[in-house]
Parts: sequence; structure tokens; C-alpha cells
Amino acid sequence: MHEGDFVRRIQSLGDRSDEKNLLELDYFLIAILLSLCAIGVLIIYSATGQDTFFVKRQLLFIAVGFGLMCIMAHLSPRVWDRWAPFLYVVGIVSLGMVLAFGVEANGARRWLNFGFTRLQPSELMKVVVPLMISSYISRNSIPPTFKTILVSIMLILLPVLLVINQPDLGTALLIFISGLIVLFLSGIGRSYLISGFILALAAIPSLWLFVMRDYQKQRVLTMFNPEQDKLGAGWNIIQSTTAIGSGGWYGKGWMNGTQSQLNFLPESHTDFIIAVLAEEFGLVGVMVLNCLYLILVGHCISISMKSESMFGRLLAASIGFTFFVFVLVNLAMVSGVLPVVGAPLPFISYGGTAIVTLFAGFGILMSLSNESKTNRSSN
Amino acid sequence: MINNTFVDFEASRKLFVKRVVISGIFVLILLSLIMVRYYDLQVTRHEDFVTQSDNNRVHVRPVSPTRGLIYDRNGKLLADNRSTYNLTIVRERSKDLDKLLADLGSLIDISENDVSEFKKRLNRRKPFANTALKFDLTEQDRSILAVNSFRLEGAEVSAHLTRHYPTEAMFAHAVGYVGRINEQEMSIIDPVKYSGTDSIGRIGIEKEYENYLLGQVGSEHVETNARGRVMRLMSKKDPQPGQNLTLHLDSNLQQVAYDALENYRSALVAIDVKSGGILAMVSTPSYNPNAFVSGIGKKHYASLINSADRPLFNRALRGQYPPGSTIKPMLGLIALNEEIVTAEHTISDSGYFYLDGVSRPWRDHNAKKGGHGADVNLARAIVESCDVYFYTMSTEMDIDLLSSNSKLFGFGGKTNIDIPGEQIGIMPDRHWKKNELGEAWFDGDTVNASIGQGFMLATPLQLAVMTARLASNGRIVTPRLVKAINGVGIEPNNENSNLTDIDTFHWDYIHKAMQDVIHSPQGTANKISAGLNYRMAGKTGTAQVVSIDADVEYDKTKIQERQWDHALFIAFAPADDPEIAVALIVENGGHGSVIAAPIVRLVIDEFMKTSTNENLVLR
Repeated sequence: MHEGDFVRRIQSLGDRSDEKNLLELDYFLIAILLSLCAIGVLIIYSATGQDTFFVKRQLLFIAVGFGLMCIMAHLSPRVWDRWAPFLYVVGIVSLGMVLAFGVEANGARRWLNFGFTRLQPSELMKVVVPLMISSYISRNSIPPTFKTILVSIMLILLPVLLVINQPDLGTALLIFISGLIVLFLSGIGRSYLISGFILALAAIPSLWLFVMRDYQKQRVLTMFNPEQDKLGAGWNIIQSTTAIGSGGWYGKGWMNGTQSQLNFLPESHTDFIIAVLAEEFGLVGVMVLNCLYLILVGHCISISMKSESMFGRLLAASIGFTFFVFVLVNLAMVSGVLPVVGAPLPFISYGGTAIVTLFAGFGILMSLSNESKTNRSSN
Repeated sequence: MINNTFVDFEASRKLFVKRVVISGIFVLILLSLIMVRYYDLQVTRHEDFVTQSDNNRVHVRPVSPTRGLIYDRNGKLLADNRSTYNLTIVRERSKDLDKLLADLGSLIDISENDVSEFKKRLNRRKPFANTALKFDLTEQDRSILAVNSFRLEGAEVSAHLTRHYPTEAMFAHAVGYVGRINEQEMSIIDPVKYSGTDSIGRIGIEKEYENYLLGQVGSEHVETNARGRVMRLMSKKDPQPGQNLTLHLDSNLQQVAYDALENYRSALVAIDVKSGGILAMVSTPSYNPNAFVSGIGKKHYASLINSADRPLFNRALRGQYPPGSTIKPMLGLIALNEEIVTAEHTISDSGYFYLDGVSRPWRDHNAKKGGHGADVNLARAIVESCDVYFYTMSTEMDIDLLSSNSKLFGFGGKTNIDIPGEQIGIMPDRHWKKNELGEAWFDGDTVNASIGQGFMLATPLQLAVMTARLASNGRIVTPRLVKAINGVGIEPNNENSNLTDIDTFHWDYIHKAMQDVIHSPQGTANKISAGLNYRMAGKTGTAQVVSIDADVEYDKTKIQERQWDHALFIAFAPADDPEIAVALIVENGGHGSVIAAPIVRLVIDEFMKTSTNENLVLR
């Protein structure tokens, strides 16, 4: 039996806190995450016209998420491995509940109302799906067999289809990508990759014809020519590119962005928040933010490389890459390179479920990080 | 087996690392592409977007409500709104303001005054607001500007509704005018209510009824392009137009009065005896209120303000004159009621009146040498305007009694007419003289007051109110200009009470005497009775401007025109059931019967003509 497996089994039997110091956390990771959150709060404050309502709520979300992350960091990766199917089922059931009796807003059912708070289960799936796929694949042979791949794809498609029905094409695609990243990292054969790519290309026409709704098609068309529908679907893009472009190298200064301060930018504190940052802090601000994101992803990969188990390695890397894909999709969408989909900018955009989910994801990552440290020290 | 798994483990680890590296490279390429996009937007095309962001904005613009219209009682427009075109500038859009002003000046006529006023306005406007440079552009100006608009960035021709007074000077003193909101007004008004409006009622009806006329401001969200032009209306909340006012004023009467008085310094007030509605209100000379709407030029204003004839002065409301003999019927009535005299009581008039202890006599102004003779009773004293009768009566009448009773007829207090600025005149008594002059009251002061001279002063409006109260046997009505707001009539503010319990036969006696002023051959205004097909009651008056020694005959030819006596006349008609009461004063017009009485007859004739027509229609 492999020695690492033995140690892990011993650890998983008891409560980790008995043998480990509660304060032993990945402080580097925490510093990066809190820096991002601080930037987010500053921009939200500016974007909402110095309204402290959103700032206060966002701070509350951060506190809740941060607490959750610290708790999750102290659970063994084994716990996550074992709980993955259970969390997945809970996620699928809650997505089903959203379709049945979710709260409707802007023509889409995305939220479950719990009275004191609203929850967006599709956001949770952005973490649960990579967790489930990592867990499933690492239990089977590596690289995955055809059967494993097929089951994985079905596991990915089930929540994706449920989210498409809300309808929320953007989130559905992000969930889909988060699953595919795990599959790719697990080392599926090149032939599978090529055939999958061809299949995806072939699926586009049917997706366009049968799945996508008119407004979604409109958004895609608008991306290619925003001027055509300047006052309708093109509006957001024209305004956000104007905001970004007018920021220049150094920006107009905090709370001086005319586009956002004049209520010109829609969704300026949620999905389009990068436009406010770009307008007020310029290209330099965008680059600083991206550096923080890159450091974060680099840190995820370093944790992944140090991880002893296949599950830990897969999960850490896929959380890092998934996270970065979210960032890229948002940056591309706001600057008019991708169609407008509902994709918040991680840790910066206002939104409770997204923040808590992100912290939860990094909580799992920290538990993997703790594990690798523990292993080294116990070795 | 263990070994085999280990090899698989190592192999899969290698494969995993390879995949991580591929993913990492892929992700970095994507990030680079996106950063190229951001660099393109923020650096390469930065200038374009700065321009776009400066210009391409959503504005909430106020939408001006239409100011309420003002009609006379016949539905004739006295104040309406006309489309005019103004040249406006948005400071933020003009790169070089001085150059723009110079360019504009080379195209159309822009005075230094326009520029200095513009700069004042510029200091108190909101960012990106249109600031007016020149008002009321001619068609030629507009076409010149349109042709050159490409090089006049920041300048714009905008259409506005501007107040207009079609009757010009005729109603100026009643209707008043609006003017551009000045700094002082800016500090008192509600900025939201006036956000779409740049003018405000300054005087007259326009001021008093400002809240009704203004209306409620609307708003629209608009998207503007680089030149500040509106590209799209996003949403709109319609303004509520101001309420329309219908006045009691009758332009026919006003016209007759104005035409007759245009060349005098005078004031005439005609009042509906029953409702208190003001039927005509003229103060001459007048002015054209349209000059004030868009801001009056300095020169023009100076000429108005410095004119010796004081055209801006509302004589009807603010002119304070000695009422002269016009108060004699009222005083006679008070004396009868207080039983100071009886109808039968007579005096003998030698032309002079001597007061005990005063060496200088009081002269009877209306008598030829030798006075009115013997057997002058109260009626004769009114008809022939015998001063000595009233001088004598005054020795029996305490000034405080005279004063308090006169106040019931409207003297010495506000009439509460619904336009601002009325003066209250002076109805003197002991208390007043002590307060104002620090002197005791002398009997001689009462003698002066008994013929409406001395300290006593009254406005033409007060005289009209007194006349109406005399005509209606003492019914108290408040004079009103506005008859209806948006077609809904205003109840006359009628206190529905009589002045005092004066016996009807006293009223009848005084009314008869006042009719005889016109209809009796001895009456001072008998000249106007020729051809009169209805009964009119009246009283002439002549107010001294300079005191003339009692032993010197007043001779117009020997003194300056400005020192000539003021001519007064009050009248009501029809005498048996009075409907209209009129008071007129013509400054330096000489004797009341010569100038004033005929003009009042013209006005009442006009009224009777329409009144009879109305009666015919009713039948």
C-alpha cells in the first residue's frame, strides 16, 4: 500500500483540528483573495454612486464566504472526495427546485428564495461540477476510459441542461467548461479530444436553431456589430467599451468615471464592473488586477503540483483554470469580444452566491494546500 | 501489481503536468488577446472614446410647462405664449468660447450687453446646460446660423415658448409681465419647480397668480450626440400646463378708457358693484410689457425709469391723491347717519368760511365770487359742491368719528385686490397725526379733511371701492381681477355684510343728490348729461396740488402745468340698480367736470351698451 494513502486514511479517521493548529492556513492565498475583495468593494462603492447599501451587503457576503472558506480549509480532501456525489445530488435537486418554484427576475428563474436570503444554485454548480468530475475520474483509471469519459460528460450535461432551461446560457457554458477542464487535465486521449471538438462544431447549428432564444441570438449578433442595434442590445457594449476606452492608461480617478457615475453603464456593479475599474483606474488598473488573478492561478497550480493524490491534483488545477476562465470570459464580454452573458467578474462583481461559491472553491483548495504541507511535514 | 500501478501513476502524473502546461499556455494566450483588446480600447483608440464619453451621455432634461393663458371676460387673449428662437451655448462643448463668441458676432448682431448678460448667466448655470446668448432671433439670423452651424460647435438655436402680450401697453398695469429669473429670485424659488422655466411673474396678475400660471415641469431622458444634439428620447414625463385665468376685465371698457386717457397722466378703475370684479383698470402713461419678457435693454429701461411721466408707476394702485370733493357724498351720508346734520339743515355761503381763532379764511373753491348764497342744504352742497357747507359741518364732526366711518368705505386701508403693491393712502385722525407728525390735531385739519384735502390721500382703486360701496348701499365686496381659474369661477370674496345700519332714506337722499350732480342743471357735471339714456350718479372733485392762498383766485394760466389741480370724477350707473362704479383721476387735469367726467361717461356708456345687449340676449 502506498504510504501517502495510509497517512491520509489515518488523518481522515479523526477530526483534523485535534492534531492540527486551527490557525494554520494558506496566508498567501488569503492575502491575494482579500486584496481582490477590497478592490471589488472600492469599485462597487464608486459604481453604485457612493451608496453604502451594496458595499455593506458585499462586505457581509465576503465575511460569510471567508468564514466558510476557513471551515472548509480544515476538512480533509478525503471528506470532499467522499462528499462530492452527495453535493452534486444536492446541486441537481436545487436546480430542479429553481425550475419548479424559483424566483423570477428579468424573465429568468435563477434564484431560490429562503426568506432571509436568495440563493443561485447555478453559481454553486461552478464549483460542484469540477469537484464531482475530479472525484469521479480519480476513482477510476487514469487516463480515463471511454466509459468514464461518457459518464463524466453526462454528469456535466445534466446540470448544464437544467441551467440552460432557466434560461442562463452564460452560466451553463461556464459550468460546461469547468467540467471539460477536468476532463482535459485528466489526460483523455488525443482522439477523444479531436472527435469532441468536431462534435462541438457540429452541435453549434442545432444549438443556434433549437436551444438559443431570440434575445440570446441577438446578443451574439450584436457582438459582431454593436452599432447596428445601438439602442437595444448593442447599448451595453457601446457604453462599456466607451467607459473602458475613455479610461486610458491611468484612468479618470476613483469615483470620477463619467460613464458609470452618470448611470450610463448598465449592471455597473455586477457583470460590467470591470468597465468601471477600467474607466477609473485605466489600463494600469486592469493589468494590476490581472496580475493578482495570474498569481492566484499560479498558486492553484503550485498546490496542484504538490498534491499527492490524483483527486487533489485534478481538483486544484481545475479550480485554478476554471476560475481564470471566468475572469477571461468576463473581460472578453465587457470589452465586446464575447456576447453578453451572465458572467460576473470573480471576487470583484457584487453578488452574494458568487462570492460565497468562490470562497468555498478556494476553501477546498486550501484544504488541498494544507494536506500537501501536512504530508511533507509528516514525511 | 504494485509496481505496475506505480508506473501508471508516474505516467499519468507526467501526462497531467503536460496538460497543465498546455492549459496554462492556452489561457495565457487568451489573456494576451484580451489584453490586446484592452490596449486597443484604452491606448490606441483612447482619444475617440474620451470624445464619445464626453458627448455621448444621457441627460435628464426638464420639459417646460406651458404658462397659463390670461383672458379678459369676453375670452380675448391678454397674455399668450409665442414660439421664439434663442441662440444658446453649451460651455463644455465649445473648445474656445471667446473665438465662438467672436465668430457668432461676425455673423449676426450681438451686442456687448448680450455678451455681458450671457457671462452672468454662464456663472450660475448647471454643467452642460444651454445658456442663452441672444433671444428672439429673426428668421434671417436663424438661417445665417443654420448655414454656418458646422463651424459653431457648442452653439445651438433652440425654440422656446415666450410670453407675449398682444394688447401691449393697454393692460400692462393690471396683467403685469414676466421677466427672466434673476439672482435674487433664484434664491427664493424652488429650483425643481422652475427647472424648465427661465421666467417668473414680476408684477400684476403674472406675479400674484404665479403658482397657478406656472404649471408643473415635466422631464425627459435624452441621449445626446457629440454636438450636444438630442439623438434619442428615452422616456418622458409630460409637463402639466399652467392654469388659464379669466379676468373680470373687459377689453372694450379698457380700450375706451385707455384711448381717452392715453395722453394724460391718469388712472381709472371701473368695478362691478355686485361682485367686486374689476372691469377696467387703466394707468397712463403705460408701457409695453413685451419689452420685459426677454430682458429689457438698459437704455430702454433707463428711458422708462427716468421719464417724468413715470410710465412704470401704477397710478391706479399706488398713486395717492387727495380725493377732493369726491368724498362729499360719503361725508354727507356719515353726517346724516350720525345725526350731525339733517336733510333740512341749511347754511348760508358767502364764499368764505371762518374758524374761531383762525384769522385766515377757507375759500369755497367751487363758487363764483359771493359764494353759493343762502339756503344751501346737504343735497345742494353735493350737487353744487359747496365747500363752506362741509367746512361748517366739520366743526360739529369729530375727526376720529369721520375717520373711522370713512375707513368703512375703504380709505386708509388695503382693498385686498388680487395684485400686489397697492398703497393704502392716508385716512388721518388724532392718533395718526400724533404718530406721524408728532403734533396735536387742530380743528382746521378737520376743515381740510371735510373736502378731501389736507392730510387725506387715497388711491384711485380706493375711490372706486368707495363708489361701489356708496352705490350698493354699503355692501362690502373685495375688488378682484381674476374671475375664473381654468374655467372654474372664483366666488366673489363677499363678506356679505353691510357697512353700518344706515337708514335706507339716507342712502336714497345721497343717491338722489349724486344723480343731480349730473342730471340737474345746477349739477357740477351737468354737461355730460346730454344724450344720456340712463340715470347716472356721480361726483366731481378737484384736488389741489399746491396750496393757494384763500384770497388769490386760482388761475391755470399763471402756474406750471405740473401744479395744476388734479381732476377727479366718481360715478355709478344705472342709478336705480347700480352695476358699475368708476373712479377716475387725471393728474393736473384741472376741474373734475371738464376732463374727468366726460371720460367716465364714455366708459359707462360702453358698459351700458354691452349690459343692455346682454339683457336683450337674456330676454
